[in-house]
Order: sequence, then structure tokens, then C-alpha cells
Amino acid sequence: MIHQYKLNDYNIVLDVNSGSVHVVDEVAYDIIAAYETTPRAEIVAQMMAKYGDREDVNKAEIEQCIDDVEALRDAGKLFAEDKFRDVAVNFKANNTCIKALCLHIAHTCNLNCSYCFASQGKYHGDRALMSFETGKRALDFLVENSEGRRNLEVDFFGGEPLMNWEVVKQLVAYARSIEEAAGKNFRFTLTTNGVLVDDDVIDFCNREMHNVVLSLDGRREVHDRFRVDYAGKGSYDNIVPKFKRFVESRGGQGYYMRGTYTHHNTDFTNDIFHMADLGFDQLSMEPVVCAPDDPSALTEEDLPILFEQYELLAREMIRRKKEGKGFTFYHYMIDLTHGPCIYKRVAGCGSGSEYFAVTPWGELYPCHQFVGDERYSMGNIWDGVKNEALRDEFRKCNVYSKPECADCWARLWCAGGCAANAYHATGSITGTYAYGCELFKKRMECAIMIQVAEAEEGGALSDGAACGDGCSDCGDCTDCH
Amino acid sequence: MKRIQTINTRDLAKSVKNGGCGECQTSCQSACKTSCGVANQKCENKNAKK
Repeated sequence: MIHQYKLNDYNIVLDVNSGSVHVVDEVAYDIIAAYETTPRAEIVAQMMAKYGDREDVNKAEIEQCIDDVEALRDAGKLFAEDKFRDVAVNFKANNTCIKALCLHIAHTCNLNCSYCFASQGKYHGDRALMSFETGKRALDFLVENSEGRRNLEVDFFGGEPLMNWEVVKQLVAYARSIEEAAGKNFRFTLTTNGVLVDDDVIDFCNREMHNVVLSLDGRREVHDRFRVDYAGKGSYDNIVPKFKRFVESRGGQGYYMRGTYTHHNTDFTNDIFHMADLGFDQLSMEPVVCAPDDPSALTEEDLPILFEQYELLAREMIRRKKEGKGFTFYHYMIDLTHGPCIYKRVAGCGSGSEYFAVTPWGELYPCHQFVGDERYSMGNIWDGVKNEALRDEFRKCNVYSKPECADCWARLWCAGGCAANAYHATGSITGTYAYGCELFKKRMECAIMIQVAEAEEGGALSDGAACGDGCSDCGDCTDCH
Repeated sequence: MKRIQTINTRDLAKSVKNGGCGECQTSCQSACKTSCGVANQKCENKNAKK
């Protein structure tokens, strides 16, 4: 399977099953489009009819191009077969380890954002803070169930985690005290709305948090539409100076300035550019997750506008990078040479199999987006996963278990997408959230186009890109092996 | 090739042999929190060639 598209004056051909990316001229673009369904002589005739008046096009040239297409096919870089179903599906199905937890350290919040999927941090339940003892047991549970894995991810989430800050610090200290003997490496992430950020939070996070996710929706009027306190006062003026101080002191460590866009700001690139203009350079902007009848929900009519926005964003990112004012956007951060292996691309999200959310009371859910839905209560950190049938459903949830993914060119970039989104849209974790699929595919087209533009800028389109920093020595790319 | 240029990419077929260490990030948890694709995840395999 291939996918062809034109964007920013590039003709791009993706080979789905090999992961190959080709940049072609319009003649080759049309030849490739016709190749699988049209006899060679007919392709030549069609191309001559369409391009024969061009100086660089003649029958021999077209024949040569078809030969090149066939050489790529023979090399497994074009029209490659899907040989992964059997080898990769079992990888997830047979996995028994747990390697990541989302600790719901506080089911309460100091903001009152009406669009919050977690119902202002309460997850449709009672307000609560996780105790140190519960959190400590969660970390022990993670160590006990992660045999064979070194990197353990723990996310402090809410509600607003800083409303239970002392426990966060105690849990990090506890994890550091046990990780060496256990042969583990804890990677912590804190997600915060910024209201309670102070020097203590900044210093501690810069020492201990692998990543911090800072919630900012963009322009003041956009941010303050939803992100208000219980008196209805917007939080922008309070948090932006704190976030600036936080990021400036982070010393290059990871962070995301993360926003949510809704039906009310479909021109969300202006919010991303606003963040960039504030000096933030690691950005994320997500479509709102809410019920379809919510006034904030994105509509079918919004979709073409959003497509244009993602394209505009990609072009602007290229321009700003050339000017030395570049920034990253979460969904455009792809690494073509050292990205995920085929196992990851088939297995997708580990929710409900190797990743769980832990409530303040120690209950286990497949991920933070299932918390509060009793049908998805899977056990607890003292007794372990009790609902093995449900865990098995998640283990078997992969890109091949979703019928709608079979014909999708983006399936090995997406891996079937978010189980929670699928469940909320269709009632099944093996369904697909069609609206999200459309956005994902547009983002992938843009992300790959940026890679093409950067390869062209670096003279690496035909000569081969050099391995950059962060090479994982996977042995699979053509750069260094 | 005159009309076709190819960007270097990870060979997915080869990664059948070298991949599957399981050390990479498992979900959207450290990032967007609301969707999960895998395209932008980093490979963490340190032992693929051993």
C-alpha cells in the first residue's frame, strides 16, 4: 500500500509497510499512481499524452522512471507487502509486565474549566488526595510487576497535582531510594495548570521530573475562556510569568507547553504562535475531548478549517526554523530513522496492559481517560489486576484488531490510536474515533512534509541523512549500518 | 534516480529482528494525555545489535 499527497509544492509518496518516504516529481508521481493498475505501455502513452511537450520528458525517460519504480519495489521500498501481522501482534498479547502508572495524586483542582474531561478534577466522583502510603504502594506495585523493564514511567496527574505537592515530593524521594537496588530508572512527569507553581516546585521539578506538562491554551482571551478559578477569574495573567520562569530555568530539559483547542478557536495556530512568541519552544495543542453535544465540541464543518490550520502551522514552523526561531510541535516530532520499531507500531498504546491509572484510593483503570467509569475498574494496587478478561481485551487491542485500520495508510504511524477515544466514540476499544483519524492523518502528512523540507534544506534527499544526536543504534536504518 | 528521491527511514522489516525491547514510552501519558499515535515516539533500544 502507498499513500500519495501534494503539500507545500512537494509530491510525496509514502510506502506504508516499509515506512519509506519518497519525494518525486510530478511525472514520477503519476507513474507511481498508475503503476499497480495499468500496463507499462499504457503508462508510457498516458505520460506522453500529459507531459510529452516538456523538454525533459520522452519515452526513454518514462521507461527509465518505471524501471526506477520497479527497482524500489524490488528493494522493498515501494508497494511492500504487509508481513507484520503474525510477528508483531503476539508481542503485545504475550506481554505481562506493567511499566507505567498515571498517579491521580489529586482528584481536585483549583481551576474550574468547563471543558475538562475529568469534570474539574473529580472524575465524576468525590474530591480526594492520594496518601503517601497509597502512592508508595503504587510504586512498589510497579516495581513488582515490571520484570524485564528498566525504564518506568510515572506521571503525577489530577486534577491538579500541586494540590498534593508534599506527597509528590515524598513519592519521588521514595522511588529514588529503591530504584538502584531494583534495577529501575524512574522517569517522572508532572502535569500542572501552573496556579501553585513556585520556586520550590520549579527547583524540585528541574531536579527530578523527566518532563513537565504545563497547561496553557494560548492567547489570553482563549485561555481565559475556560481556564478560570471558582470565582470565574481567568488564570492567564497568574500563570504565564510562572511558566516563563519555570521553562527558562529548566536548562534544556523536556517540557510541553500544552493547550487545548475547541470549536471556539479553530484558528488555533494563532494560539501556538502566541506561545512561541512568549518564548516557549516545546509546544503541544490538542483537540478538545468532550461529548458531541457540548458547545465546545469540534464539528464536521470545522474539519477543513483545522486541516488548513495544520498545514499553515507546518509551513510557519519551516519558516521560523530558517530564521533561527524554531519550535517543536508534539505531533510533528517524528524521527524517520530512529523512530519506533514495528512492534511498537502494531501494538500502539499500552493502556490497560502495561500502563494503568491509579486513583487516590488505589484503584486501577486502563488509563486516566477511563477513570470514573466503573465498567473499566480493573483491580487495585494491593490485589493487582483482577479483571484479567478486560486486560486481555486491551492486550489484544492493536492496529490489526481494528477493522477500519486495515485500509488506512497511516496505520503504522498511528498504531490504531487511543483506546479511550475509540471507546467514547464507538463504545468499543477496537473501534476508531473517525474524527481523530482525520486529524491524525493530516498531522502526519504535515509532519512528514517538514521532514522532507528539512532533508532538502540539508542536502540529504538523495545522499542520505547523517545520524543525529540521540541515535539509538537500532541497526535498522540506512544511515549508519 | 532522476525523478525519485528517497529519505532515509528506519527499515520496518529489519526492525522485526532488532526491535521489541519494550523500553519505549508506552502511551501519551508524558505528553498530550488525550490521544496516542506512535509516530513521534523515540526508540529506546540500546541493545539491538548485540
